[in-house]
Amino acid sequence: MSTYQEFIQQNEDRDGVRFSWNLWPSSRLEATRLVVPVSCLLTPLKERPNLPPVQYEPVVCSRANCKAVLNPLCQVDFRAKIWACNFCFQRNPFPPSYAGISEMNQPAELMPQFSTIEYIVQRGPSAPLIFLYVVDTCLEEEDLQALKESLQMSLSLLPPNALVGLITFGRMVQVHELSCEGIAKSYVFRGTKDLSSKQIQEMLGLTKPAVSGQQGRPVAPQDAAAASCKFLQPVHRVDMNLTDLLGELQKDPWPVPQGKRPLRSTGVALSVAVGLLEGTFPNTGARVMLFIGGPPTQGPGMVVGDELKTPIRSWHDIQKDNARHLKKATKYYEALANRSAANGHSVDIYACALDQTGLLEMKCLSNITGGHIVMGDSFNTSLFKQTFQRVFSKDYNGDFRMAFGGVLEIKTSRELKVCGAIGPCVSLHSKGACVSENEMGIGGTSQWKVCGLNPSTTLGIYFEVVNQHNAPIPQGGRGAVQFITQYQHSNTQRRIRVTTIARNWADAQSQIQHIESSFDQEAAAVLMARLGVFRAESEEGPDVLRWLDRQLIRLFMFHLRRSPFLQVFNNSPDESSYYRHHFVRQDLTQSLIMVQPILYSYSFYGPPEPVLLDSSSILPDRILLMDTFFQLVIYHGETIAQWRKAGYQEMAEYENFKQLLQAPLDDAQEILQTRFPMPRYIDTEHGGSQARFLLSKVNPSQTHNNLYAWGQETGAPILTDDVSLQVFMDHLKKLAVSSST
Amino acid sequence: MNVNQHTPMASPYGQPQPGYGQPGYPPLDGGYPAPYAPYNGPASAYQPGVPPQGYSPFTSFPSKAVAANPVSDLSSPLDLGPARGPPTSAPPPVSAPQQYNQYSHSLGDVQNGPPPMTQAPPRPAGSQPYNQGAANLTGAHPSYPQHYGPPPTMEQVTNQMTRMQVTSGPPTPAGPGYAPPQSSQPPISTSYQAAPQPSYTQAPPPVSSTPTQPPSSGGPAAPQQYFAGPPPPSQQQFASSLPPTSQQQFTSSVPPPPSQQTFPPSSFSGPIPPPSRAPAPPASQSQQPFPTPQPPFSSAPPPVNQSGFAAGPPAQSSFPPQPPPPSSQPGSFPPPGPPPTSAPSGQYPTPMPHQQQPPTTQPSPYHPGPPPLRAQMPPTSNHLPPGPQGPSCPPGPLGPLQQPPSPQTGYPPQQNGAFGQVRSPQPGYAGPYPGQPNYGAPAPAPAPAQKRLDPDSIPSPQASDMPAVQKSRHRIDPDAIPSPIQVIEDDKVKTTEPFTTGVRGQAPPLVTTNFQVKDQGNASPRFIRCTAYNMPCTSDMAKQSQVPLAAVIKPLATLPPDETPPYLVDHGESGPIRCNRCKAYMCPYMQFIEGGRRFQCSFCNCVTEVPPHYFQHLDHTGKRVDCYERPELSLGTYEFLATVDYCKNNKPPQPPAFIFLIDVSYNAVKSGMVSIVCHELKSLLDHLPRENPEMDSVVRVGFVTYNKVLHFYNVKASLAQPQMLVVSDVSDMFVPLLDGFLVNVNESRQVIESLLDQIPEMFADTRETETVFGPVIQAGLEALKAADCAGKLFVFHTSLPIAEAPGKLKNREDKKLIGTDKEKSLFQPQGGFYNNLAKDCVAQGCCVDLFLFPNQYVDVATLGVVPVSTGGSIYKYTYFQAQTDQERFLNDLRRDVQKPVGFDAVMRVRTSTGIRATDFFGSFYMSNTTDVELAGLDCDKAVTVEFKHDDKLSEETGALMQCAVLYTSCSGQRRLRIHNMAVNCCSQLADLYRNCETDTIINYFAKYAFRGVLNSHTKAVRDTLVNQCAQILACYRKNCASPSSAGQLILPECMKLLPVYLNCVLKSDVLMPGADVSLDDRAYLRQLISCMDVAETHVFFYPRLLPLVKLDSSSLPMAVRDSEERLSKGGVYLMETGLHLFLWVGASVQQELLLNIFGTQSFSQIDSSMTSLPVLNNPFSQRLREIIDSFRAQRSRYMKLMVVKQEDRTELIFKHFLVEDKSASGGASYVDFLCHMHKEIRQLLS
Repeated sequence: MSTYQEFIQQNEDRDGVRFSWNLWPSSRLEATRLVVPVSCLLTPLKERPNLPPVQYEPVVCSRANCKAVLNPLCQVDFRAKIWACNFCFQRNPFPPSYAGISEMNQPAELMPQFSTIEYIVQRGPSAPLIFLYVVDTCLEEEDLQALKESLQMSLSLLPPNALVGLITFGRMVQVHELSCEGIAKSYVFRGTKDLSSKQIQEMLGLTKPAVSGQQGRPVAPQDAAAASCKFLQPVHRVDMNLTDLLGELQKDPWPVPQGKRPLRSTGVALSVAVGLLEGTFPNTGARVMLFIGGPPTQGPGMVVGDELKTPIRSWHDIQKDNARHLKKATKYYEALANRSAANGHSVDIYACALDQTGLLEMKCLSNITGGHIVMGDSFNTSLFKQTFQRVFSKDYNGDFRMAFGGVLEIKTSRELKVCGAIGPCVSLHSKGACVSENEMGIGGTSQWKVCGLNPSTTLGIYFEVVNQHNAPIPQGGRGAVQFITQYQHSNTQRRIRVTTIARNWADAQSQIQHIESSFDQEAAAVLMARLGVFRAESEEGPDVLRWLDRQLIRLFMFHLRRSPFLQVFNNSPDESSYYRHHFVRQDLTQSLIMVQPILYSYSFYGPPEPVLLDSSSILPDRILLMDTFFQLVIYHGETIAQWRKAGYQEMAEYENFKQLLQAPLDDAQEILQTRFPMPRYIDTEHGGSQARFLLSKVNPSQTHNNLYAWGQETGAPILTDDVSLQVFMDHLKKLAVSSST
Repeated sequence: MNVNQHTPMASPYGQPQPGYGQPGYPPLDGGYPAPYAPYNGPASAYQPGVPPQGYSPFTSFPSKAVAANPVSDLSSPLDLGPARGPPTSAPPPVSAPQQYNQYSHSLGDVQNGPPPMTQAPPRPAGSQPYNQGAANLTGAHPSYPQHYGPPPTMEQVTNQMTRMQVTSGPPTPAGPGYAPPQSSQPPISTSYQAAPQPSYTQAPPPVSSTPTQPPSSGGPAAPQQYFAGPPPPSQQQFASSLPPTSQQQFTSSVPPPPSQQTFPPSSFSGPIPPPSRAPAPPASQSQQPFPTPQPPFSSAPPPVNQSGFAAGPPAQSSFPPQPPPPSSQPGSFPPPGPPPTSAPSGQYPTPMPHQQQPPTTQPSPYHPGPPPLRAQMPPTSNHLPPGPQGPSCPPGPLGPLQQPPSPQTGYPPQQNGAFGQVRSPQPGYAGPYPGQPNYGAPAPAPAPAQKRLDPDSIPSPQASDMPAVQKSRHRIDPDAIPSPIQVIEDDKVKTTEPFTTGVRGQAPPLVTTNFQVKDQGNASPRFIRCTAYNMPCTSDMAKQSQVPLAAVIKPLATLPPDETPPYLVDHGESGPIRCNRCKAYMCPYMQFIEGGRRFQCSFCNCVTEVPPHYFQHLDHTGKRVDCYERPELSLGTYEFLATVDYCKNNKPPQPPAFIFLIDVSYNAVKSGMVSIVCHELKSLLDHLPRENPEMDSVVRVGFVTYNKVLHFYNVKASLAQPQMLVVSDVSDMFVPLLDGFLVNVNESRQVIESLLDQIPEMFADTRETETVFGPVIQAGLEALKAADCAGKLFVFHTSLPIAEAPGKLKNREDKKLIGTDKEKSLFQPQGGFYNNLAKDCVAQGCCVDLFLFPNQYVDVATLGVVPVSTGGSIYKYTYFQAQTDQERFLNDLRRDVQKPVGFDAVMRVRTSTGIRATDFFGSFYMSNTTDVELAGLDCDKAVTVEFKHDDKLSEETGALMQCAVLYTSCSGQRRLRIHNMAVNCCSQLADLYRNCETDTIINYFAKYAFRGVLNSHTKAVRDTLVNQCAQILACYRKNCASPSSAGQLILPECMKLLPVYLNCVLKSDVLMPGADVSLDDRAYLRQLISCMDVAETHVFFYPRLLPLVKLDSSSLPMAVRDSEERLSKGGVYLMETGLHLFLWVGASVQQELLLNIFGTQSFSQIDSSMTSLPVLNNPFSQRLREIIDSFRAQRSRYMKLMVVKQEDRTELIFKHFLVEDKSASGGASYVDFLCHMHKEIRQLLS
């Protein structure tokens, strides 16, 4: 723990937590002056190969409104077999099973290295995982074929006992019955009619009149399971059947007249999917996987009409309040998302189309329920195929890297309150002593539901120091926060992961240097960016930029300002939604990449090295590799490109050139292998049309406006009106000086 | 004679029948005393038509004593009860009615005798009496002749009058003669001859006689003589064979139908001729008496007849022996008698068995020889023979000996040869015998138009004589009232040539007659039948007469193979040529003027330019030169090719589609319906309608199953397995797929077969009992909409749709409402849902055929709304069981799927100025007052159109109507079918009454009444009908009939069956339900009848009842009247109603019949649950099955055969269709109703 750097790294590795400040100002006033709030990035399910779960249940504080879990920070009286809660100071006796406890014989949760510990809970029946495919059939033959193959392939990746279901839609919505033999049966819904959950369940024959309402439970799980088996079947049983069924899927047969879009009932299809799961497997981990090849064009949730002459809404339309369907559709999908979240089901959206598909309206489905969004040009691309495959990737234990139905609860010391969270979660509206009235992100609660989780899912949590200015440094000098995450593991076990961390309080006046040095620049940048994005989602664009400018944060902000997370220029509403979606759920490293892309340089002059994301880095004799998270660009400088064209790499004597060409490719592969979703992979060269991806990211230090760079060997000029970092910095400095105004 | 007019036709039959019956009895009587009664019955049946006449003769017999009486008798029969007036009739009737009566009398007497007198006496007397009767018969015979005399008068009114008088003159002599008749049969014969002769001589006879004579002379004459020798024969002959043969002959000889009727008499006379041998003259005298006596028949005369008949039987027995001798003659006879006789002849062999046969038998005995004769050329033969035979006293000698037989023989011969003989002999006889002249006089008279006027006039004169007799009566003899059978048979006989439509105002043959039609400018009666072919010129007249002016139009009727289907005319891109103003289509009535450059519309008189491409020069008569090259200028029926202007959205139509929607709820599966339908569809789909038999049908098919949700099937050819798409959202129905739902059968055959194999399996274990209905039709409709085509839905449905969905129904069956003011609500649909749905269906051209398989109330009244409004059909199989009902269902289904059909049709009836179509009845929808919209129109659907005056019509131009039907053919071609019809207009009511068609009127009345129950109390509806009918008849009586006593019931010839048929309508389940008739049944019938054509309503209201005695390979046995009295315990009868087919087996049925039909030994071994007869290798069985098959082929719905054993429980159902009897639900018997009707008429007159 020599430096903060190491401390931060260690904490992150152990607990999956990074705080913006690692020393906390001891009073509200001081905290406010720091601009960047006390906040953290939490990765609840961070992979911990060295953390075997314990096979018992956590011991919790007996105070009704506390229920904090026993942790290493608690004071324990081994003689009296009593422990004191470090949050509410309640003294609790150990349960009988802890009778043998002693200083020498401590349970894991009391050991400091187990500040994060995972319990396996044996309560209740374990429910199988459920995967419900919702497939758009209004696709080009080629796309549909590719999609069908991907889906068929995915069946082999599912655990054999997982339940699968299939809903297809176009003009109509078809729920396929999987249990039958002989004739393939499906239930059909009209794509234009908004149906209530009850109606859907009735129409699917899921409700047994006598069962409901008897014991206050809508449907007895057993019966429901039996009834639902028509539509949701264990993979091992319907493998063949479903493969055939998928193979026979036809393009939506309804004719599409000239000048029209195909009628696509995405809204109803989702409604049926949600209704089906709601009726059959409430509060069970389930994943609705929606594959769409275009925007919803009819019925509830319609994003654009079927007239091709009416283009789908753009940011311009939205700003002019000219998007007729936007609000209605958004409201519709939000309602669906909330229902789905309430039942613990997450919704993935795989949208592959050249035009927009309505992600803007539908994003909430994934954002709220913790589902994935993947956007591509076609289902017949490796981007989609491999990304989809990666959804089913497994960890070192052979378990899926996914978890369901997570509930995150946060306990804080008295001096600290929770303002909110930003991430793929939804509020459970649990008020408590530690809930601040000041909301940041999704606030007003100390519990959030995170329906879909994976090891990289990261939430930003924001706190408020409530200690009064004149009050002394709180008791013990440390503040503590406990994160309790209950979830369904992909092997169907229920688990609880508990992370308890503590930080020292510091008096801002006397220990300002300490506080400054405890500042985690990266974490803070990401946390602030999340706040910005969250605001961008709910407020007008320029206002957000202004707010951000006011919050000024060093370098990152320059790129953030130019990033698609805040800038909608040159991005469609769908793209913005897509980028933002990923930004608010990725861990710190990935988030940083998103904000400030990484640029590596490969040349004969030395080993590969990171270079400034600046136009001056673009040189003829270099190969550049840029990783923006969403794109992976390999850029061959002018000279390199010429050499390559001349075929030197094929000559034995230029083996080194060949290696040089190969090096960025290998590195790119490495990134491609691990990244989810898979980035767009671009191999281009100087003057190539795709070079724009690079040019749009670099700092335009040389543009057509500053002549000095013209024609020199120092880089490539960028044709833009954006200000360069230099100008930005100058401006910032000016502002900083006159900040008092 | 009231009846007379009607009877004329009948009488001959009737008479012969009785005769036959008797003869039959004899044989039977040996074994069956009872049979007699039945025989009488049957006889009467035959007589139905005859009876009156027959009766009259009988009466005459008794009356014989009182010469005057006969006349009265005549009247009386007509009067039914009160007919005292008859006396007046007597004289006139004498001429015509009497003749008939007489004829019938002879037979009728027997019958009459039996019935009124009671069968009892006759029967007992029967066998024994016959012998005596022989004597009597002889006497009777004479009487017959007398009758004959009268009959002629009957026939022709105009002539009648004069002749009547003449006859009357003779009658008196006859009166005396009657007495003599007994003394000598010959006279009878003579009398007969005499009568006929006159007729022949007068008019056509000569011709006929000449030709006919040769043959007749050869054979019949001889036999007759033998037989004739015996007086009875004459009677019998008349009764049985005469009518038919005579008619035919006459017809041949004398085209005019009326005259034909008269002929019969003549024919009778023919037979008589033999008798004429010696007694002839006396006969004439006797005859006269007969006529007079006829009226009395009811009362006194009968005995005589009976006795005679009774004698007959024995005689027959004796006859049989005779046959050999006659054999030679018989040969001749056979020809004449063939049709009718043939049957008898058959009977003879098995004489005993059939009661009905008796009548036939009688002839048959003779026939053995005679039958063939008859068949060949009765008339001629008769004619010739008469002369020779007559003279050749051989009969005489035989007569005495054979008297009994002779009567029988005589009858048959008479029948057969009768006509023929009569004619030839008549002339001769006539001359010789005083009576003859009389006869002759009458005969000629009839020819003119006796029926119409005569009846009235005739009866009254005669009536005077009758009083005594009448008084004696206590009830009316059923045989004395107009017999449908007689009318039908007479019409068959007189229809020998193809019916040509060129003559305006000519009434076509009856629907029961087989005839060929030649289109010469007016639509064939197969397409259009009118109630009146002479429309009154003014609305006042129409109002006065109350005769409904209506036409029953069956636009797509199937034509027999020997008639050319309508030509298809293409007028090019500009479409059919039409009148500019009224838009009438080019037709033969358009007048070309100005050298052919323009034409004047005969409907609205507007002048329209002839387009250049259609121009043609006119010939000197003003006709276009190409008139006969263009169907639209020379034919009554043709089709135009429609242009896109006539298409929906100005787009040529898509080929139509058939969608099968199958209920797969628990009941449907359990009853076996689902598997039957699925199995059948596999083969049925190869027989979808097509226009060119060489080509595959272009009709596409789709499949849906449903219970409370709907299952659509994707049967696209490219699929390995069909796919099922379940739609549970029944509240807002939609079609879940497009491509793959409607497919071409050939392309998707494998998938379809796989589907049809799997459907029954899939739902084998279903427990779903609830069904929906509205959404089912919506689904089909939506599917057609999506495919943008017209089409037909075949819905197979089992239960009341109570599942939550649009169109959900409640069970509202409440028997307590029946008979109350609320009853009508039960016929109305629940709510407006189905009405709206129907409207949508029509707009899309979606026709719905509904097959119901209910086990309980399903509310047909509501479920039927859509089928009825879309031109569809409803089929109902209550308590469907696969085993017993499968055949009927499958045949219905096959026919329904295969039959020619048009879609998206609009029918418009245009009329010439003065009248217009005001009301329409049938299965269709109307969104305005003129256009009849039919989503589907098949070859069995008829629309009844009512016309009203809006101006005066002119006698000169008549009234024109043009029915244009725009439709899409099953190959997807848009066409216009045009039917043109012109009828005469008259300023005399008499003309109106002379050219009516009762069957069509009944069709109209039935539809009118059945629609009426929607809005009125059934009792009110019935009263309205009775009232209108009474007004019609009263108007006739008041304005057209010659003055007569008020007590007489006088019916117009063309409408003499109006009362009996009307009574059938009134007694129908719809208007007067029995306790066991469900509400659904009534609603079902109501809707069924609304689209029936005339032939169907006819047989529905007056079922065809055939005695199965001897089955001839070429013809059917003559039907008997629908009354229990006509059934013989020893017989087997076949009854068809168009919906049901019964085989009634008498309790003491002959074993031979049992063996032949069922292959069993005893009555008790018959399995009454069988639905098809065992296939036995004997001619009888084969023929019977042929007959059954032919009946089924004639009807649009398959009739399930039901074997009814006498006194079995099921007999109640059968008895329900004996429409002349009192019905269990309180419907009046024919006789009672006629009395009631008479009373009503009298009230109106007074």
